[in-house]
Amino acid sequence: MGLELAPKQSHVLPDMEELSFTDSELDYHVRNALKAAVQGDRDFYNQLVAVMHHKERLVPEEVALLVTCLKGLTGAVSCMHIVHHRSLLAAIFGMSLWNYGTDVMDALVELLISLAASSGDYVDLCLEMIVSNFIPPSSSSSYFIELLKQPRGLAMKGQVLDRLHSTLKDIANLVPLSPLRLEKIVRDRMPNIYMKEPFIVIYVENMLKLESGAMHELVGSTMLVAIMDRLIDLDVEIAWDDILQDDFCKGIFDMELEDLEKTDYHVQQDGDELARESFIQRFLGGNLIAEKLDSLMVLTFEHLTSCSESGRLIQVFETLLYSFQKTVLTAYKSKFTQFVMFYACSLDPENCGKIFASTLLEIFVSSIYPEWRMSAVAYLASYLARAKFVSVSFVGATLESIVNWCYDYCKDQDGDVNPRAHKVFYAGCQGIMYVLCFRMRSMLSIPRLKSQLLLMHIENIIGHPLNPLQVCLPSIVEEFLRLAKANHVFTVPQTFVDYGLLESECSRAFGGVQRLDMFFPFDPCLLRKSDRYIRPNFVYWSMVRSTYNEDDEEEGTSVEDIADASENGMNIVDDGSARSFGEGFLDLDEFDTSLNKMSITPRDSSSKFGGGIRGFMQMPSRIRPSTSPESL
Amino acid sequence: MEGLKESEANLVVYLHPSMANSVNDGILRELSSLLFTYSETFDGVVLAYDPNVRSNLAKILPGVHPYLGVRLKAKLLLFSPKPNMLLEGVVVKISRQSIHAVILGFSSAVIADEDIRYEFKYKVKHGKEVFVSRHHKKHKIKVGTIIRFLVKSFDEEILHISGSLVAVHTGCARWLDTNLEEWSQADSTPRKRKDRDEKEQKTVDYKMMANRDMPSLKKDDRIKKLKKKRKEHT
Repeated sequence: MGLELAPKQSHVLPDMEELSFTDSELDYHVRNALKAAVQGDRDFYNQLVAVMHHKERLVPEEVALLVTCLKGLTGAVSCMHIVHHRSLLAAIFGMSLWNYGTDVMDALVELLISLAASSGDYVDLCLEMIVSNFIPPSSSSSYFIELLKQPRGLAMKGQVLDRLHSTLKDIANLVPLSPLRLEKIVRDRMPNIYMKEPFIVIYVENMLKLESGAMHELVGSTMLVAIMDRLIDLDVEIAWDDILQDDFCKGIFDMELEDLEKTDYHVQQDGDELARESFIQRFLGGNLIAEKLDSLMVLTFEHLTSCSESGRLIQVFETLLYSFQKTVLTAYKSKFTQFVMFYACSLDPENCGKIFASTLLEIFVSSIYPEWRMSAVAYLASYLARAKFVSVSFVGATLESIVNWCYDYCKDQDGDVNPRAHKVFYAGCQGIMYVLCFRMRSMLSIPRLKSQLLLMHIENIIGHPLNPLQVCLPSIVEEFLRLAKANHVFTVPQTFVDYGLLESECSRAFGGVQRLDMFFPFDPCLLRKSDRYIRPNFVYWSMVRSTYNEDDEEEGTSVEDIADASENGMNIVDDGSARSFGEGFLDLDEFDTSLNKMSITPRDSSSKFGGGIRGFMQMPSRIRPSTSPESL
Repeated sequence: MEGLKESEANLVVYLHPSMANSVNDGILRELSSLLFTYSETFDGVVLAYDPNVRSNLAKILPGVHPYLGVRLKAKLLLFSPKPNMLLEGVVVKISRQSIHAVILGFSSAVIADEDIRYEFKYKVKHGKEVFVSRHHKKHKIKVGTIIRFLVKSFDEEILHISGSLVAVHTGCARWLDTNLEEWSQADSTPRKRKDRDEKEQKTVDYKMMANRDMPSLKKDDRIKKLKKKRKEHT
């Protein structure tokens, strides 16, 4: 080997210059070294430890030496002692596969398997080392971040991760209880939200690999639940204030949006693309938490797609649904995480889509916590309105269940308007109206559903002394009444006048501290990369609104004119089936105009009278750059 | 196989009040949290349970959360290997230095090469690793064989067993069973059988002692050869 590691010692030590070690001789020498170290003679032992510490820019001889030593140790694990050989074990467990070539990687993982199987003491240590190898070593993080952007970095990542996961499988074969400990270790070592984005993404990639790998029955659900938890953690870090307009420099905001609308009007491919990109960049760029969430959600979407292709989606969906009920539903107004459910449902509308809706309905009807019920009906209404893949008949059936519940509720009530006491009822009514704003036209176009709609007790509910029209969010009420009038469907009590108020004290009262009256969970997703997955299955307000414009005789503002112009000649029959609007320009249009049109939050009423946008309010579609410090 | 025992335990399970309307589920959940962990009270690893709730009444504990204490008798299947017990398991990996086996599907066992008696020789046949007995060519240990071995030690935390194949009545379980039958089939008189059993025991003891002696001699030879080789090189 040409390397002289130590001057000639006593006759017990073999020469490291020996080139002709056989495997058994090597085992023998290493075993002797280990046994000698226990007795106190640590010379060769220390040389072994020194070899383990080599990692920077290894020349081939050093690589060969390292591999040989690792192989020798693999044969000698029964002589290893966790206390006496502390420094050697520390050196081994401190190694990172990312620093070496494939020879050393293979030898190292063999050693790990051997160690884990030899004694119970080492199992946890081996598993922890493997899990900490999920991400590149933090000591040279910037080097690896750059490397991973190149093809050879990606190839290296593939080599490392493949070996790690096959090692975990081998250890599980030998130590059957190791997956139990593994899932705990993986969950505990999950990076927090402040770690650099590439590393969080790689770690989650590993977790998803475990979920779909050989051990998926044992650790899969824990992985998914942990990932959803992390998504929610990131989600709640994006404060609603970052999105809402807290400053009322509406003039500026208005102008910005109108500028973009003017670009839309010209319907130029490039112009639109640029406009959209600048729009997103201005509002979403710079928020690191949002970008992390975006990347992780895309990773999850890809994983769900592959699950669907391999036929596992239903089992995965069960876990997702459980996690949704535990964390997403109960989180304070989750912003984007729920789109994971949306995407999963879009992959399998017949099963997952229906299960999701019926679970939400079940929670609304029979849960014991009012906030959960209100949240559930908000999710359900938003889902039925926005999911293009949900059939109109299913919408009709689910709507009927909500209506029946509301009807049964108010049948027994005498009292007057009391937002706080009947908040679940008002939430249900608002949900009904919201769904009908989107789906009324399509329901009316099918005779069977039209008669079903007319038979529902909607008029009874509206006309009841509890007066949901007064209490629910005025913008929705307004739109609903306008549609009802235009389509000659429901008779509205005469006393109800077109207020023009965008917000009322009553709606704030029933919404409570959490403002669940203004919670529309499936409003357009503001995360750029995730949105591309969602868009083909998403119903934008502009798509629906245009169907009503034919009947609308009232003048519109510039926005509505644009909407009309862009939909000239388009045959829009929105029957809710999963048909994507294939025409290219409309997609680009939709993103901008929909953001302008569909609302999350009402604005100050003064804008309305200033002749701003009619109908639904401006969507606060801005995510400010994050101000939270990044660690590392 | 030794090491398995059935016990009857009087247990009190404390349930959170939220489980009050699904007491059976709560009890099963509590009991299932015991599975595959070593319990000092039971002196073993709980593998299975069969609860039998004795009465409908439960005591409510005073405190911030009024837990319900439900009394029940449960039959428990326990696994508690002690040193020198004879266990059987399936071999999952063979290497020159060790044999790895899995017991009852959940407990891992390793037999290091110093605990494998000299009778077994490591070979690679047709690409597969196997330990073959030098005296009986049919006595083989390979991946998938069920081996019978003695327990040396038991790690309670990870349920890992360290075993030994030194004793003569250890090895491939199927071979041992069939060959012991052959020995005992010849004469069926009880007394003669008793005599023969005693004789067998003596031969077994003798063989164990012999085995212990032989390997050390051979090892000295090997060491001498290696020393010779080294001297040649230097």
